[in-house]
Amino acid sequence: MLAALKKAQQSEVSPLGREVLGQLIENAGIAQQEKLPLCQDCGTAVVFLEIGQDTHVTGGDLSTAVTEGVRRGYTRGYLRKSMVNQPFSARKNTGDNTPPVIHAEIVPGNRLKILYMAKGAGSENMSRLAMLKPAEGREGLVDFVIRTVDEAGANACPPLVIGLGIGATAEGAMRLAKKALLRRVGEPNPDPETAELEAELLSRVNGLGIGPLGLGGSTTALAVSAEVRPTHIASLPVAVNLQCHSARHREAVL
Amino acid sequence: METQRISSPLEAEVIERLTVGTPVLISGVIYTARDAAHRRIVRSLDKGDKLPFDLKGQTIYYTGPSPAPPGRIIGSAGPTTSTRMDAYTPRLIAAGIRAMIGKGSRSPAVREAIKKNKSVYFVAIGGAGALLARSIKKVEVIAYEDLGTEAVRRLTVEDFPAIVANDIYDGDIFEQNKARYRREAR
Repeated sequence: MLAALKKAQQSEVSPLGREVLGQLIENAGIAQQEKLPLCQDCGTAVVFLEIGQDTHVTGGDLSTAVTEGVRRGYTRGYLRKSMVNQPFSARKNTGDNTPPVIHAEIVPGNRLKILYMAKGAGSENMSRLAMLKPAEGREGLVDFVIRTVDEAGANACPPLVIGLGIGATAEGAMRLAKKALLRRVGEPNPDPETAELEAELLSRVNGLGIGPLGLGGSTTALAVSAEVRPTHIASLPVAVNLQCHSARHREAVL
Repeated sequence: METQRISSPLEAEVIERLTVGTPVLISGVIYTARDAAHRRIVRSLDKGDKLPFDLKGQTIYYTGPSPAPPGRIIGSAGPTTSTRMDAYTPRLIAAGIRAMIGKGSRSPAVREAIKKNKSVYFVAIGGAGALLARSIKKVEVIAYEDLGTEAVRRLTVEDFPAIVANDIYDGDIFEQNKARYRREAR
């Protein structure tokens, strides 16, 4: 992410945009040096578990362990606790940033891979799902993505990484979009057709003029990462999950 | 545009000379309030209850800082998305608030209230929480302590960097700069 920001600072056409990118790079330096979070929104804890089918977890239950890890991390690390219960009424803070959102997947092998994302709400709030008609096709998809980023404007804290989930079902597409954000910034999809779509969308999005923090410029997104799966004959699900410039991801393999 | 050093609370004549895009360095007192605190302040205004601070002429900063590690007064403290406060802001401006600091654009109703009541909306760099915390010199929780990060804090700031985003002349930095850098699809 930092490398992508530095590269964008070279290519950004707006002087204010370049200054903003410079401040984000400076902020990253200060955060590292002074052991402070990059952004006060330390996110919802989103955890993807890739569980090898030959692994067997002993000594307790896995969800509890993940939850306990989040609790300790946010408490001991002086991270902001942002989770509230009763979301449509009392909205009382749970006090330790739990519960995490856990996505588990069974994969071949005997390892347990943990992918972690501290997902800020500014960008999450601007994420969208469209159940397009198959007739709308690629063009409809492109229009929807551009419109989503345009409407998100400054609110999602650009420069963004745009996660796209195409195909599957409504919830399947959104999960793909979120997982796409875990890809290395700027690494294209191995499928040439999808990679071409990613490149076209990135170019179009950067023509919107939104720029760093919405203050104008040519750097609205640093990357588009799309994941594609087969879908129903009647469907074309497209999910857009936006990641702000404060992209905080980690992975570990046990 | 040349950077202007200004003091908070803001004098009316200072607000008059602030135009969209002007970088400012704010020193003085500002109050933190975000979603939950806004809800409570407006409820207090409705009921005529005591307010957490005298709103007249004051500046509100939309932030919910991360906890202060040992030896510090505050953690990261960058702006949150202002549009979530739009439902409450015209009411607060009518009650005396004169400046807001946040990130992202505002609703037409807020822009109208800013114009009508000679107020100003600044943006600070979203996500630059560690950098912005450096300008915060003193922190006192003054109300709604039960809200944790969302409690109202009185901050003393020195040279806090921001940019004028909406002025009394109906200017809007987002619309203006987006139009300037927009290009047609290739």
